[in-house]
Parts: sequence; structure tokens; C-alpha cells
Amino acid sequence: MKILVPMKRVADPDNANKVKISPDGTKVTSEGLESKPNPFDEYAVETALRILEDGVGSGNLRGEVVVVTVGGDDTVRQVRQCLAMGADRGIIVQGDDDQLDSTIVANVLAKLVEKEQPNLVICGKQAVDGDSNQVGQALAEILGWPQATFAGQVEVPADLSSATVTREVDGGAAKVKVQLPAVISVDLRIVSPVGVNNNVAAGKEYQDGPRYASLKGIMKAKKKPVDTMTIADLGVDQTLKVRTVNFTAPPQRSAGVIVETVEELVAKLRDEAKVL
Amino acid sequence: MSNVLVVANIADNEVKKAVLSTAAFAKTVSGYTGGSYDILAIGDDLSGVKDTLASLGAGKVMLAQGAELGTALAERLSPIIAQVATQGGYKVVVSAATSIAKDVFPRFAARIGAGMASEVVAVSNEGGKLTYVRPMYAGNVNGAVQIDSAVEVVTIRPTEFDAIEPGAAASAVEEVALPAAEAVCGKVEFLGFEKSVSNRPDLAEAAVVVSGGRGLKSKENFNIIEALADALSAAVGASRAAVDSGFIHNDFQVGQTGKIVAPDLYIAVGISGALQHVAGMKSAKTVVAINKDEEAPIFQIADYGMVGDLFKIIPELTEAVKKIKG
Repeated sequence: MKILVPMKRVADPDNANKVKISPDGTKVTSEGLESKPNPFDEYAVETALRILEDGVGSGNLRGEVVVVTVGGDDTVRQVRQCLAMGADRGIIVQGDDDQLDSTIVANVLAKLVEKEQPNLVICGKQAVDGDSNQVGQALAEILGWPQATFAGQVEVPADLSSATVTREVDGGAAKVKVQLPAVISVDLRIVSPVGVNNNVAAGKEYQDGPRYASLKGIMKAKKKPVDTMTIADLGVDQTLKVRTVNFTAPPQRSAGVIVETVEELVAKLRDEAKVL
Repeated sequence: MSNVLVVANIADNEVKKAVLSTAAFAKTVSGYTGGSYDILAIGDDLSGVKDTLASLGAGKVMLAQGAELGTALAERLSPIIAQVATQGGYKVVVSAATSIAKDVFPRFAARIGAGMASEVVAVSNEGGKLTYVRPMYAGNVNGAVQIDSAVEVVTIRPTEFDAIEPGAAASAVEEVALPAAEAVCGKVEFLGFEKSVSNRPDLAEAAVVVSGGRGLKSKENFNIIEALADALSAAVGASRAAVDSGFIHNDFQVGQTGKIVAPDLYIAVGISGALQHVAGMKSAKTVVAINKDEEAPIFQIADYGMVGDLFKIIPELTEAVKKIKG
């Protein structure tokens, strides 16, 4: 079993309000902010590890987890972070963030799927910088594979022949069973203690959230292979279909008044805001 | 000549406000492109909604219906939308950014080789080129994007567009001849839908939303949020922290990666106001924040703030509201 996990490097999402727009409005810069793996992609790595582990947190995988990113050379740091969690190897496809769109990234991933022949692609449901939520679905279409997006729970049989996915959708949860190969995109509850059931890993429950890299994991990750290639090597058309022509700052809300009593609050809501 | 296609997924015989907002968007865009707009409705049974759909100012309404379409699997819907979009020669294909559209539209766009703009909040015509504004970086940056493909695929945030006023049921209505299901449909099986049980208004469309956060401390304590919501006929929402803590289902999460809401009144209870949460509710008209921590960032964006113990304030507020609403 081989699982491919696409990962995007993003500026620290907890400080997204500190990104800056260049004076001419053509660029967003995140200078001074830490770069991290996109949180949902980190969950995808965790999901892949949980699917393949032979025991809860054992780190012994019944297969291979390959982390792939499209970005600058320095994304090797975030790739190594994923390897330190327990993924086996990495692939960096060099590209400039400003010269990528979902179509290009999905086509790059499709070429890598052709080369790597994974049984599953597990990705985050969206990158928290662009917030587009497109690549996994586009990839599934290009490959002609079934898709299960916004996964809050995944169950696989012990022989890893299919995946039953509980999808978090408007108004509730939809359950689908996909034959492999397939694309799964993960939502936040996938990293809850019961997010993944592989019908093999018994014993204690998983902790809530993606695992932290152990010191041993970090040391090991330094020796794990990371291949580098270019988009041109893969023969993917690099013409942008979606261009961002300018960036602006949206209007901000400002602080209002502090009220002391419920009575005062109700009066304000009724007489001033007229919403009661 | 119609050159904008609105795609509407219909369930439970209901045309939601999101569809009316999408039609309004289509009207604006078709004004720019010098044409009109059509509607493609998809669902298991559309007999109960076709008159409503025909009253939204569209050139024509196309119905794609069949028992198997109710499950809204992307593998089935994507070729249907592609067929209608291609045969009709539409320039723009748009849907509200519901979870169905978020699932299906990128697959459909890839199928027809189109570029796509997600969660658009405004549109303009810049020298003959449609330009879509969309929030990025958790709503801290607006990006204006242009699409360079024969068809432009768009999802919109319905909360950012006024609903179209329905008129007479004047649009022509026709049935879509469904293409046969493709092989990939045999590789995905729909097993069931578990509905989040709620008699309250739809979170995405409610006029009033009461949201709880980590400050509620437990799942059981969420009942004080529900009591206040019921007194206000409001929807219940939650911060990601509350969802992560297992207090409430993810379907109720308001924020960058959850639901985007824009009610007349938003009451944030025990929510610190992380920027990811604010991204989902900052378009609310009036925001009330109740939190024991006076330094909480939520107070920076609230019209009315109250610092104190929510377990005392909320029951008191609930009683006061009940008195007013009688």
C-alpha cells in the first residue's frame, strides 16, 4: 500500500492577519512569519500514518507514505517536518507560488501519481492561505478516480482494499465507500482519537490532533530521501488559468462599546441596533 | 442568448435563499456579458420547485432529476453539469458555495479544462474582463482574480449577494436528458446520510446566530447556548475550539474552514475571537461578545461587549429576551 500526501507550505495561519500587501497591490508577503505545513495537509499525513500503522502510534507502517509539495527549494523544511512525523520520503516539484494555480498543481500531482502508482491520495480539504479547496477534486477527475472529500472519519478493512469515509457536509454527515485507488480530502475531525479506524491498530486511543515529531523522528527524517524535480520535467503546461490581478485589504470591523449589565445590553440591541 | 449558467442543487423541495443570491449574481454578470442566464436544477425530485425556479428571471430552467441524483455524488453530477454547460455554450457557470458545490465544482471545472474561482464575494467588469474578488488568508486579504479559459467556473458566498426578487413563473422549463453514469460511479457507493438533528433555522441563512466557544467548558453546558438561541429563534453556531473539544458537531462550526455566516445579529459566547473564527462571521451586521477575558480579541470586532461570567449572563439574557419576545 502506498499513500501519496500532497502538502503545501503556508505562512503561520495563526498570524494570517500579519501578512502584508505590497504597495502596488500585486503581491502578498509574509516576511517575519514562520512557514508551516498547511494544517489540513498535516492532518492528511496523520491520516495516512494512522491508516498504515500496525498499532496505535507504533510508527510501523504496512506500506509507504510519500509527501509531495510544489513550491520553492526551501519547502524542504516543511517536507522534513512531515517525514519527522513518520512519512517515508518526499518529493519537491520546484515552482514559484505566484506562478501556480489549482489546475497546474492538480496536473503535476496527476503526473506524480502516474510515476508513483499510489493506492490512495490523501490531501487536506483546503490550503489556509488561498482557501480555494479545489486540488483534490480536480486531481480525482484527471485520474478518473472516485473522491471522498471533507473526511471526518475513515475506516479501512485490514486488507486495505477500500475506504469508508464519513464526509462532513452541510446539514450532517454523508457516508460513502470508495474503491481504491481514490482521492480523500480530510477535514479537522479526522485527527480526533476516533478519526481513523484501520481494523488493525488496537490498544490505546490516538491523542487528539496530529502527532508531534519525536526527537528520534527528527533525526531519522534528516536521512530520509527527498527527490527534487521541476514542473517542466513532468511535462505539465504552466499556463495560468486563474490570475490574481491585485490584492487589497478588506474593510475591518472596529471595537464598539462595553456594556455592564444584561439590561443595558438588551436595551442597546432593541433601541440602537434594532435587532430584538 | 444566455451565457451564464446557475447550478442549483435542490433537496427537500426547497429553493434556498442561496439559490436566489446566486441568481442575483448571474443577473449582474449577464449584464456585463450582454446576455441572460439559465438555471440548471439538480435533485431527486424537482416537481415541487419548478415554478419557483421559473420565477427567478432566467431565460430557461433545466431540470436534471432522478432518484440517484439526491445523493449528489460528484462522480455523477460532474458529467451532467459539464454536458449542460458545454452544449449551452455558457461563458460563466456559477453555484453557491454549498458543501455539494465545493465537492463537485472543482471536479467539473477540471473536466472541462476551466479555471475556477472559489467563494467569490464581489464581481466587476474591468475593460471587458470579468474580475472576481475572493477572500484569502482567512479573510485578511481580498484577491481580485481573472480567469483565462473558455468557460469561467465560480462559486460564490451567497451571504455577500442580495437575493433576487421572484417574479412571475415566466421561464421556459425543460428536462435534461441525463448522460449514462460513467464507470467511476461504480467505484463509489453512497451508504447513508446522518442528519444533524435540529429544529432551528439553517445556520448559513439564519437572521440571528448564537455561537459558543471553549468558554462553555463542556458539551452539556451547550444547552444554555441552545436555550438562548431558541428564545431568539436563532441558529446555533460554534467556534473551532468548541468543535475540537467535542462539544458540538463540525457542521456547526463558524469560521474560515467552516460555515460563513452574515446574520443581522451574531452573539459570540465564550469565544476568544481567533482570526479563523472572525473570518466566518465578520460580515454580521451586529456582533455581541460575551467573554470573561476582557483582553479577548473578539471585543476588538464586537459592537457590544460584555465582560463577565457567561454562566450567569446567558441565562439572564435568555430570560430578558423571552420577556421581550413574549
